[in-house]
Amino acid sequence: MDLTQAVILTIVTAATPLLLAAIGELVVERSGVLNLGVEGMIIMGAAVAFAVAKLSGNPYLGALCGALTGAAFSLLFGFLTLTLVTNQVATGLSLTILGLGLSGMIGESFVGQAGVPLNEIAIPVLSTIPFIGPLLFNQDIIFYISILLIFGVSWFLFRTRAGLRLRAIGDNHHSAHALGTPVIRTRYLAVMFGGACAGLAGAQLCLVYTPQWVENMSAGRGWIALALVVFGSWRPLRVLAGAYLFGAVTIGQLHAQALGVAIPSQFLSALPYLATIVVLVLISRNRRLTLMNTPACLGQGFVPDR
Amino acid sequence: MVEARQDGDDCLLEVRDLTKIFGEFRANDGIDLKINSSEVHALLGENGAGKSTLVKMLFGSLEPSGGQIYWKGDPVEIRSPGQARALGIGMVFQHFSLFEALTVAENIALSMDNDVPIEKLADQAEKLSREYGLPLDPNAHVADLSVGERQRIEIVRTLLQNPELIILDEPTSVLTPQEADKLFETLEKIRSEGRSVLYISHRLEEVKRLCDRATVLRHGKVTGACDPGQETAASLARMMVGSEVKAVTQHAGSAGDEVLLQTNGLSAPARTPFAVALKNINLSVNRGEIIGIAGVAGNGQSELFEMLSGEFLAHDANAIAIGGKPVGKLDISGRRLLGAAFVPEERHGHAAVSQMSLSDNMILARHRSDAKVFLEGGPLKIINRGAVKTAAQRIVEDMDVRKSGEDPQASSLSGGNLQKYIVGRELDRQPSVMIVNQPTWGVDAGAASRIRQALIDLAENGSAVVIISQDLDEIFEVATKIAVINEGTLTEAEPAADMTLERIGLLMGGVHGEDHGSEASHAH
Amino acid sequence: MRIELERRRQQSPLFSIFSPFLALLLTVLAGVIIFWLLGKNPFSALYSFFVEPLTEVWSLHELTIKAAPLIIIAVGLSVCFRSNNWNIGAEGQFIMGAVAGSILPVLLPSMQGYIVLPLMMLMGMLGGAAYAAIPALLKTRFNTNEILSSLMLVYVAQLFLDWLVRGAWRNPEGFNFPETREFHDYAILPEIVPSSGPTNYGFVFAIIVTLLTWFMMRHMLKGFEVSVLGQSTRAGRFAGFSNSKMVFFAFLFSGALAGLAGISEVSGAIERLQPVISPGYGFTAIIVAFLGRLNPLGIFAAGLVLALTYLGGEAAQISIGLPDKIADVFQGLLLFFVLGCDTLINYRVKLVFDRTVKEGGVS
Repeated sequence: MDLTQAVILTIVTAATPLLLAAIGELVVERSGVLNLGVEGMIIMGAAVAFAVAKLSGNPYLGALCGALTGAAFSLLFGFLTLTLVTNQVATGLSLTILGLGLSGMIGESFVGQAGVPLNEIAIPVLSTIPFIGPLLFNQDIIFYISILLIFGVSWFLFRTRAGLRLRAIGDNHHSAHALGTPVIRTRYLAVMFGGACAGLAGAQLCLVYTPQWVENMSAGRGWIALALVVFGSWRPLRVLAGAYLFGAVTIGQLHAQALGVAIPSQFLSALPYLATIVVLVLISRNRRLTLMNTPACLGQGFVPDR
Repeated sequence: MVEARQDGDDCLLEVRDLTKIFGEFRANDGIDLKINSSEVHALLGENGAGKSTLVKMLFGSLEPSGGQIYWKGDPVEIRSPGQARALGIGMVFQHFSLFEALTVAENIALSMDNDVPIEKLADQAEKLSREYGLPLDPNAHVADLSVGERQRIEIVRTLLQNPELIILDEPTSVLTPQEADKLFETLEKIRSEGRSVLYISHRLEEVKRLCDRATVLRHGKVTGACDPGQETAASLARMMVGSEVKAVTQHAGSAGDEVLLQTNGLSAPARTPFAVALKNINLSVNRGEIIGIAGVAGNGQSELFEMLSGEFLAHDANAIAIGGKPVGKLDISGRRLLGAAFVPEERHGHAAVSQMSLSDNMILARHRSDAKVFLEGGPLKIINRGAVKTAAQRIVEDMDVRKSGEDPQASSLSGGNLQKYIVGRELDRQPSVMIVNQPTWGVDAGAASRIRQALIDLAENGSAVVIISQDLDEIFEVATKIAVINEGTLTEAEPAADMTLERIGLLMGGVHGEDHGSEASHAH
Repeated sequence: MRIELERRRQQSPLFSIFSPFLALLLTVLAGVIIFWLLGKNPFSALYSFFVEPLTEVWSLHELTIKAAPLIIIAVGLSVCFRSNNWNIGAEGQFIMGAVAGSILPVLLPSMQGYIVLPLMMLMGMLGGAAYAAIPALLKTRFNTNEILSSLMLVYVAQLFLDWLVRGAWRNPEGFNFPETREFHDYAILPEIVPSSGPTNYGFVFAIIVTLLTWFMMRHMLKGFEVSVLGQSTRAGRFAGFSNSKMVFFAFLFSGALAGLAGISEVSGAIERLQPVISPGYGFTAIIVAFLGRLNPLGIFAAGLVLALTYLGGEAAQISIGLPDKIADVFQGLLLFFVLGCDTLINYRVKLVFDRTVKEGGVS
């Protein structure tokens, strides 16, 4: 493996958690719900995935439990915002705060311990293709899932009746309700899907990216994933592109730090965050584009008449 | 009742003692209703009588609190719109249940309970729409369509379900008279196919013209069942309103020469993808005049209101003048200081903040014009609650606003009472220019008549009044001159006496010029 | 069985008052369960968490020191949130306020005298406000989501502070420790009653800020403008209020207060700059703001409660050997319960068993 390949590989690994969390949040937002708790769900997924993998010795079980934890944790958010119609911004924030706290307690006893990494699975034949083979077809299972999810979600949203219903609910929940489409139930499912994706993103962090538990190891990725959804204007393939772009920025600054570029490391570390702001500005300054793409009911509570 | 069951052979839907209670409010109270096959049945009643509640229960979107629905003689429980559709009930909603971001075909697919591929549905819809003379492009985005076209989607997608009963909720309230005629033809065709129609309206003339039977609701109760053909408009109105509504009286107009409000070639680009651009609008309102601006919803009424009010500023200061002063670049507070007053269309969240008290809603519109009374403490601008409450109380008394509690939240008032308060809040200042968008939209007959009279009285006392309204009856009732807005352009205002319904209808549909107008009037 | 909501025509005055207390009660109950699950005696754990810190004068002083920044930030945020502007970056504005306020004692230690402290406070407020102006500018100018931009700036501020104290501002006589020189005496916020304990004038600031903001929101047209624009921009425009000016007002106001809290914390408690100067005050203040129902007087009380969770977390660490993260858990739970209970103010909550409707004791 040459240097270029090695660099691209690290970019892919850095991008996968962003991609997973963002594609989950994309589905949530398409249904008209804004869940700002992505960061909390990622870190909960990471803590549980690490603990389960460590205790059982099976990283696959860990990853599965990470995803399930994310989904279960998102139900808290779902119950408050969907059943009790609380403010989605504030509720998402409290999910993040709670997640950071709970994960710290779960992970407390694992600090400093070596993790159980997920191994690569080489896909026969394909992995021997020169250059791209080792990059795309000799990866861990979470990478494969992330790619499948991007195309799966794209197909679901734009090619199936259920996906059409979900988009319709995000566009106008009153109309959807009047036609008999189950608004609340669909949103619960979307929120749980988003939670599972974020949980899996957390599992990737502690089983693949850095196989160990570090407190607050999500390091703002949940927020970057939220920005990626806006960046991708709620379209899966654009989110894919955005996630890899951000992966590249993150890895680029790490390499720059390692090479001892004459820029303070703190400035390089701030790059992904600054890049997020710049990208948000570039995307959102086109009001027409944002207006046309944003799900019209995003963030609004819905109480059905009965 | 027993007899009713026996001749039930051609009875399609029957409702007995249907009741719906929200909290302590009985929206529907023991409703009995019977619809036969192949009949157009009218459900009459004014705003707030409980018509929408009733049909929502029939369509499964509301759960009844009591009573029973029979479908073809069998008792049924309709728990969801899907179940209603499965029975053979279709619904065309008043405010539509469409999705702006989606295409026509996608909108149609969303109301179908089968999994027919969208392409195939689009073909079916196109074929059906041709059959009924309701042309549709399945690939168009709803956001780009006019109100009339949107209603066509609703009707076509309902017909695609092949229903035996079609419910139409106030379908003509957003159509031009010509579009309404077209709709009546479609309904005749539907009836001739053996389907039934439940037609909800508060427009007596069209009910008389179209419907075989009528059921009248008032305050959630049935107050009459009749053959509308045998009744007069006045007798139907009595059943609907309960008592005689005071007729609006207009004295011989004494318009002055002084121009109080004027626009000179006012243009404005669309601010959002969903808005309408205003093109070269020229309007001139004299002292003592009431100009009625007619038009189908979504043709630039709100945009014109925003420009006249100063909520959004014009690019040219001279584009708008109040009392001879150029105000195009003056904000709404500045225009109010010049004596102008404004009543927007939307009560909740525009003219008033729902969760605020009536007195706080007083400050909303008048903190600047009445700063001397309402504010103290100089630059600190401390609110003098006592003075505000006194003013609010004065309006409640002047306009006969019914409320519970001393200073309740705006959200707790009925539509009519809140509208009386909002209009009264502006009249109380005795404005020299008053601009009102949809003055009686969703307001009961009593409150509507009171509001219209107040606007006429204001003009007679020397103010200039502009009324933007979709309700042509209202325009003819109060306006001294009428102009029509269509796709952001405004026709020249003409004396109300010279205008006919046909001519306004043609202008609303975008047909200009004398030729078409005279052709149409010959045809009738 | 399902839960149904029915909108009240008027807000319930009863639940407006009791919902925070109900939330506190539920949090304590959740605490009992958590401690029990962790194998601790729930009651002694709760005692050492919530009560013990209140039994000693020393810890009461600690309480005011922890509560002051929370209250000052949260009062600012309440104005911001009420105007429907979501400033999530108070933590960053706190840091930048602390940095700007520290310019004098760190870079010009020779400048001494009574003027230094007021100047520091002023510069702290300016620093916080300037940093908060960035998301406001991006929102009004480019329509950029302020939640994400203000939050991203927190990370940037943390890294900026880290760079300062390890680089340009590092104490030349400090043996390479990552911290600035200690503040001189004129740059230190004095204690109110030195003989009793370390409570400093930060707590006085908290009281003043609370009262002034309460007055503004309750009695002044500006407060009315905040509420109107927060509930409906269209109604605000109809009233002649400018929404973009309000975005700036809200962000500058909350940023200035976060900056004041930052410089007060540094000058009153830490007395120098170091890589980490806040245990997450800026985020906890969001909870404080909501627990206080976005009302300054309520926030004052809520700030004391949340400060208690910090002390309780420390106490739990020492006396029962639980990780101090338990404080975060309590804070998150508390916010959850507050938000959930607030639903009762605007809605009746009903438990529905199929078609028979039963009032669930909370109508």
